[in-house]
Amino acid sequence: MSIWEYANPKKFMQTSTWALPWVSGLAVVLLAVGLIWGFFFTPEDYKQGSTVKIIYLHVPSAMMAVSAWFMMLVGSLIWLIRRHHVSALAAKAAAPVGLTFTVIGLVTGAIWGQPMWGTWWAWDPRLTSFLILGLFYLGYIALWAAVEDADTAADLTSVLCIVGSVFAFLSRYAVLFWNQGLHQGASLSVDAEQHVSNVYAFPLWFCIAGFLVLFVTLVLLRTRTEIRSRRIRALMSRERAGVL
Amino acid sequence: MMALLQRDLRLALRAGGGFGLGLAFFLMVAVLVPLGVGPEGALLTRIAPGILWIGALLACLLSLDRMFALDFEDGALDLMAVSPLPLEGVVAMKALAHWVVTGLPLALMAPVLGLLLSLAPGGYVWLVAALVLGTPALSLIGSFGAALTVGLKRGGLILSLIVLPMYVPTLIFGAEAVRRGAVGGDAMVPLLLLAAISLGSAAILPFAAAAALRANLK
Repeated sequence: MSIWEYANPKKFMQTSTWALPWVSGLAVVLLAVGLIWGFFFTPEDYKQGSTVKIIYLHVPSAMMAVSAWFMMLVGSLIWLIRRHHVSALAAKAAAPVGLTFTVIGLVTGAIWGQPMWGTWWAWDPRLTSFLILGLFYLGYIALWAAVEDADTAADLTSVLCIVGSVFAFLSRYAVLFWNQGLHQGASLSVDAEQHVSNVYAFPLWFCIAGFLVLFVTLVLLRTRTEIRSRRIRALMSRERAGVL
Repeated sequence: MMALLQRDLRLALRAGGGFGLGLAFFLMVAVLVPLGVGPEGALLTRIAPGILWIGALLACLLSLDRMFALDFEDGALDLMAVSPLPLEGVVAMKALAHWVVTGLPLALMAPVLGLLLSLAPGGYVWLVAALVLGTPALSLIGSFGAALTVGLKRGGLILSLIVLPMYVPTLIFGAEAVRRGAVGGDAMVPLLLLAAISLGSAAILPFAAAAALRANLK
C-alpha cells in the first residue's frame, strides 16, 4: 500500500467516491461550528466592535490561498518527475479554488480595512504580495486554458508553477523592501505579543480546519470532473476514429 | 554558440522592426506620461525613476513574442533542438541577443529620456547602472515566458500575463535604486539585489525555458 496507488485514475475515482461524502460532511460540520461559534458566541472587541469577526473568513482563506499554490507546486513536481496524470489534474483543479480564496482574502480584508484603517486598499506589503499572488494564479489558469494538447499543457503549467513559486517568493520579500506595512503581525503566532486573544483563536482554529477540508473537498470534486471530462474526450475521439 | 548569437543579432538588425521598435516605444512612454500627468517639474522628478523603469519593462515585453516564434514557425527551432548545442545554450544565447538589441540600447538611451522627465541630477549614473544590471533579468524572464507560449495562436496576451508578475522584483529593486540615487541615498543595496536577480535568473531560467521548449516541440 503506497500513496502512488492513487496515481491510477481508476483507483483514485474509487477512493474519492468513497471519501467525498465524508470529507464534504466534515467540512460542513467544521465550518458550521467555527462560524457559528465565531459569529454569535464571541464578545465584540473593545476597539474594533463586531468587525473583528471577519477574521473567521479572512485568515483561513488567506492561509488556504497560499497553501493551494503550495499544493499545486507539489502536484506539478510529481507530474514532472513521475508523470502521474491525476497529479497534474489535481494541480489544475486547485488553481481556480486558490484564486477564489485569494479574492475572498482580499475582499474581506478590504471590507474590514474600510472602517478600521479608513481605506479599502493600502499598498501594504502583505496586501501587495497577495495581489501579486492573484496575478500568478491568473497567468497559470490562462496558460492551462490556452494550450490545446493536454500533456503539453500539463508540462508547461508545471514548469510555470515551479518558476512562478520562486518569483512569487522573491516578490514577497522585494515588496517588504519597498514599503513598510500597516497590516498586523501573525495572528496565530506562538509569540504572545502578536497572538489574538484565545476567545477569538479557538473558533478560528475550527474555521481554518474547515477551510482546509473544504479545499480538499473542492479539489477532489474538480479533479474527478477533470478525469471524467478527459475520459469523455478520449471516448469521443475513439468514436470518431471508428474504433467503437 | 557564437554563430547562433551572431545570426540572431544580424536578424534583429537587418530584418527591421524589432530593433528600433522597442526604443521608439520607450521614447513614446516618456513623452506620453508628461502629457498625461502635466508638465510640473517637481512631480515629474518624483515619478521619473518609476516611469523610466516601467517604460523599459514594457519595451522589453514588446519584442518577446518574436524571440522563438519565427524560428518555431520555419522549423529552425527543431534543428536547434537536435543540434549538438544543448537547448539551454540556445535559450541563453537568444536571451543574450534579445538583451543586446533591447536592454542595452534602452540603458544607453535612458539618460536622454531622464532629461525629458527632469530626473534629479544624482540619478543618471544610477539609472544607467540599474538598467544595465537589471535588463538582463528582464530578457531572461522573458525568454522563459516566450518559451512557454511559443506554440500558442494568440500567445502575446498570455505572455504578458505570465511575464509581468515575474518582473515585479526587478521593477521594485530597479526603481528603488534610481530613486535612492536621485535623492542621494544609499542606492548600492537595491543595485546589488538587482544584480543578484539577474545572476540568479541567468543560472536557473535557461533550464526552465529549455524544458518548456522541449514540451512545446514534442
